[in-house]
Amino acid sequence: MADEKVVAKIREILAQFAAEDVEQDQDIFATGLVNSLFAMQLVLSLEGEFNFEVADEDLDINNFNSVNALVGFVEKKTSV
Amino acid sequence: MDIELNAEQRLDQEEFREFAQAEIAPFADQYDRDEALPSALIKKMGAAGYLGAVVPSEYGGRNMGAIEFGLLCEEIGRSSASVISLLTVQGMVCQALTRWGSTAQKEQWLPRLASGEKMAAFGLTEPNIGSDASNVETAAVQGEEGFVLNGHKQWISCGQLADVFLIIAQCEGKPSAFLVEKDCPGFSVEPITGMLGFRSAMLAKLHMEDCAIPPESLVGRVGFGFSHVAGAALDHGRYCVGWGCLGLAEACIDAALDYAGKRKQFGVPLKNHQLIQQMLAEMITNTKATRLLCYHSGFLKEKGDPALIMETSITKYFASRSVAKIADDTLQIHGANGCSSEYPVQRYLRDAKIMEIIEGSTQIQQIIIAKSGLMEHALERRRARKRQAQNT
Repeated sequence: MADEKVVAKIREILAQFAAEDVEQDQDIFATGLVNSLFAMQLVLSLEGEFNFEVADEDLDINNFNSVNALVGFVEKKTSV
Repeated sequence: MDIELNAEQRLDQEEFREFAQAEIAPFADQYDRDEALPSALIKKMGAAGYLGAVVPSEYGGRNMGAIEFGLLCEEIGRSSASVISLLTVQGMVCQALTRWGSTAQKEQWLPRLASGEKMAAFGLTEPNIGSDASNVETAAVQGEEGFVLNGHKQWISCGQLADVFLIIAQCEGKPSAFLVEKDCPGFSVEPITGMLGFRSAMLAKLHMEDCAIPPESLVGRVGFGFSHVAGAALDHGRYCVGWGCLGLAEACIDAALDYAGKRKQFGVPLKNHQLIQQMLAEMITNTKATRLLCYHSGFLKEKGDPALIMETSITKYFASRSVAKIADDTLQIHGANGCSSEYPVQRYLRDAKIMEIIEGSTQIQQIIIAKSGLMEHALERRRARKRQAQNT
């Protein structure tokens, strides 16, 4: 069960870039809801909000492409 | 936000100004005519730590803060906008590697780039692809022994002097970034001359014909070459250009004020004519506004605030548009003298126009800025609707 606080924070971050509310499993890049121009902004937001560094080995689309993916990624990075 | 420089920053500013005024400004017109930068200048810039300004100390860089680096760009931009290219592209590759390079890539390249032993260039633009940068046509095919690149790059600043290139190519149909050394088989450099501005930025075309590079040349991961690797590089480039525009605008104002005070028409100095005063007022005000935007972007960068991406885009947009008009008015004040090679203002105008094109054109910045504004507005509307629903 995902931490509701993490989910809420992720949704808050995405709301800054997505033109509309996103579903938990919606592919935010494939549907164009999140533009690639904001990719670096998303990285900086995750790092600032959750206090970890996104490294080169983390560059996997499966870490970033939906609310659920981002939540899983944050939980993985913060549990280390 | 503190917009006063601290004591350390003021000392650095003094150092940068002394260097630029002694080592660059007296020779900037000559560089422009020669369409080249002397290797002695590059060595001096490397020794001063300017080529590794943004590289972390652990890799031998000077590890400057964002404001400090901005001040360096401002002073270099004031003396020669062309020389800003060195800082821009070297910094873009260093920034991309610091952010997304592997440990081995960082260890191999950052110390050499920081000292100026090796020079870097950024290969994104192509003959058919400019603003539509995520759709580059250069192709990278992955094989057992690494990648094979085929394609062409154009308008690559410092391409003539770079030892290593950060090349953006399509791999498996996805934008990806690769480090390619200049002596790699199948890789060749063709100098470009006769440009309007940035004439000493040593632009080049790059040709890759079955250019084989090892697997460890990939920077980041396949598919993240444009959004993340180039994204980090371009953000740095826009920041550098914004501050460089500020320096160029200051050089224009110095020239305009000086000339308006000395040149007499209708029996009085130009500065006494109100239409000249109007131009001076506009350029002074827009330069002060540019400075505030530069400081704001720097402040956000030092904090690591995600808003820095948009604010840097806004800074680059405003600074480059302003300096193009400021340089145009400076030349107008100088009249025919300004068009001659006896005054540097024709160089200022030619270089200022380039600022509107590099690291994302004015039109691309407008699209990004408008899109961001629309999203912010939509977000506010959604929040208002939610508040209304909670209250009913």
